Amino acid sequence: MKDKSVIPGFGPTLGFTIFYLSILVVLPLSMLILKTTSLTWPAFWEAVASPRVLAAYRLSFGASLAAASINLVFGLLVAWVLVRYPFPGKGFIDMLIDLPFALPTAVAGIALTTAFSSGPIGRTLESMGINVAFTPLGIIVALTFIGLPFVVRTVQPVLKDLDRDVEEAAICLGANRWQTFINVILPVLLPAAFSGFAMAFARALGEYGSVVFIAGNLPMKTEITPLLIITKLEQYDYAGATAIATVMLFSSFAVLFLINRLSWWAHTQRSSKEAL
Amino acid sequence: MNIKIEHLRKNFSDFTAVNDVSFTVSESEFVTLLGPSGSGKSTVLRLIAGLESPDSGIIEVNGEDVTRIPVQERKVGFVFQHYALFRHMSILDNIAFGLKVRGVKRSVREAKAKELLHLVGLSGLDRRMPTQLSGGQRQRVALARALAPEPGLLLLDEPFGALDARLRKELRSWLKKLHERIKLTTLLVTHDQEEALELSDKVLVMNQGRIEQEAAPQAIFDKPATEFVAAFVGETNRVEAIVQDGEVYWGPLRFGSYYVPDGSKVTVHFRPNDVYVASQPGEAHTAGVIRSILFLGATESLEIELDKGHTITAHVPTGVAAQSGFHLGKEVYVSVTRSHIFFSLGSA
Ligand SMILES: Nc1ncnc2c1ncn2[C@@H]1O[C@H](COP(=O)(O)OP(=O)(O)O)[C@@H](O)[C@H]1O
Repeated sequence: MKDKSVIPGFGPTLGFTIFYLSILVVLPLSMLILKTTSLTWPAFWEAVASPRVLAAYRLSFGASLAAASINLVFGLLVAWVLVRYPFPGKGFIDMLIDLPFALPTAVAGIALTTAFSSGPIGRTLESMGINVAFTPLGIIVALTFIGLPFVVRTVQPVLKDLDRDVEEAAICLGANRWQTFINVILPVLLPAAFSGFAMAFARALGEYGSVVFIAGNLPMKTEITPLLIITKLEQYDYAGATAIATVMLFSSFAVLFLINRLSWWAHTQRSSKEAL
Repeated sequence: MNIKIEHLRKNFSDFTAVNDVSFTVSESEFVTLLGPSGSGKSTVLRLIAGLESPDSGIIEVNGEDVTRIPVQERKVGFVFQHYALFRHMSILDNIAFGLKVRGVKRSVREAKAKELLHLVGLSGLDRRMPTQLSGGQRQRVALARALAPEPGLLLLDEPFGALDARLRKELRSWLKKLHERIKLTTLLVTHDQEEALELSDKVLVMNQGRIEQEAAPQAIFDKPATEFVAAFVGETNRVEAIVQDGEVYWGPLRFGSYYVPDGSKVTVHFRPNDVYVASQPGEAHTAGVIRSILFLGATESLEIELDKGHTITAHVPTGVAAQSGFHLGKEVYVSVTRSHIFFSLGSA
C-alpha cells in the first residue's frame, strides 16, 4: 500500500466501495439475520432442518453443482469453438450465448417446460424412458440453461489472449494435441473457468423463475429452496422464510469461498511448489 | 542434418508470402534468412518446422522428403521471438517439457534439463518461474528448451528481436560461440543485417517472398547481386546515372565504362565507406564542399556537395577527419573507390 499508484485516489475509491457494498449487500443481509433472530432456537431448528427443507437444500445444491459442472465442460468447449474456428454465423451464435442473461427467467422456464414436456424433445426422450419435465433432471436442464454464459464469457477473453506461439512451441517439442491442451492451454484457462463455474453455481442456487415451471414442485422431490422460501412468505411465515434464507446465505458463502480457494490453488500450486 | 528446399511456395488467400524459394543448408552450417519485415522469412521457417504447410514445393531433410510429415516428427527445435515459454511452469519444467511428452523418466529429464541450463549459462535458476527472468535470460531458456529433445535442426525466428541493442549484441556473440561448440545445423531469421553478417556461414537475402541473393556474408556486402541487396545491406549512396560515350556519369562523378547504349539509365550504389576524401587534390580529384558533419563514434559522416543537385555521403574515420581538419564549408576532393552498377530494363 506504500507504493505510489499511478492512479490517485485509493482512499476515496476504497471508501466508496465499502459504503456501496454496505448499502447494497451487507445492510439487507444483516436485516435478514436480524429478522431470523426473532425465532427461538427450537423454532429456528424446526424451520431450517425439517425433512422437507433438508430435501430442498440437497436438491438446490446438488442440481446447482451439476448444472455448473455441465457448464464448466461445455462452456470451455463453446468458448474454444468461438475463439478458435472461423465459421459462418459465428457472430450470431456468439450473441445467442447471452440470451439466457437477457430473457426474463419465467420466459425461459415456460419455453423449457414446453419443449421438454409436450414438445418434440420431451416426447422423444420420453419414448426412450427419460423424463425431464417435473423431475430433478428438468431442474438441472433449467439451471444449465441460465448458467451457460458464465463460463463461456470468463474463458473467452483468456483464450483470445493466449499466444499461439506457446502452443506451437509445445508442438515443436513433440507434444501431441492432447498433451498440448492438458499441459499448456488448460492451466492458463483454469482460473477463469473456475470463476465462471463459481458464478454459474451461485446464479443457479438463487434461480427461481425458470425452475418453478419445469420442476413440478413436489415436496421432498422437486421442490427447490428458493421456492420453499416463497411458499413460507405466502403463508406470512416471515421468520421461517428468513431462517431458511440465512442458512442458504451462509452455505452459499461457504461454497463460493471453497471454489475461490480452489481456483487460487489451481493458479498457484505449481508455482509455489516449484518455487520451494 | 542437412536440408534441401525446392521451389517452396505459400499463399495466404491471394497473397503470395513465399514465392518459389529454393536453397540448401549443409550439416552444421549456420544460415541466415535476412530481409525486411513481411518478406516471408518467418513463413519459410514455419514451413520447414511444419507449422504451415506449403502450397507446393519440397522440403528434404537428410535426403528424405518431410514436406507432409507432422511437426512432432520433424525433430526441429524452434525458438520464437517472444520466447513462448510456458509461464505456469518452472524453468526446469519448461526445459524438460520436450522430454516429458516423450515419456522420459523424471530423474533423467531433470538431469538433462540441468545440463542444458548449465550450457546456456543459467545454472541455479531451475526453480524460477519465467516471469522472474529478464528477456535475455528467457530467450536462453527458450533455446535450452528447444535443444532438450536433441533436434537435428535449430530454427530461430528473430530470437533477439524483442531485446535492446546492447543485449542483442551480447547474445549474438554468445550464440556464435554456442554454435561453434555444439555444431548444430541452424537457420536464423532476422531483419538485422549486423546479426546476419556476424553469425552466418551463409546469408539468404529475401524480398517479397523471393530469395534475392544467396552468398557468404562478405560477398553479400561486397558484391550485392541485385539493387535490393545493395540498398538493404549496409548504407549506400544510391544515384540514378546516365551513360555517355559508353561511360557512366552522375554529375562530376564517373563510374567506369560499360558496353551499354548511350542514354541508358543505370542505378549506381556506392557505400559511404568507399568514398575516399582528401583535403588536397591528387588521387581524389572531384571537388566538393562539406555541408554537414555527423559524429558517429569511430567514424564521421560527411555530406559533401559536389555541385548543385549532386550531394553524397562519405564516412571517414574520426582520426582522419581530425587530422585533415574537415569542417563545415571546407573544400575537399573525393573519389569513389568501389561502386555497384545496376541496369534498369527501360532506357531514358
Ligand atoms: N497466417 C497468416 N495469414 C495471412 N497472412 C500471413 C500469415 N502469416 C504471414 N502472413 C503474411 O505473409 C507475409 C510474410 O510474413 P512473414 O513470413 O512473417 O514475413 P517476415 O518474417 O519476413 O516478416 C506478411 O505480409 C504477412 O502479413
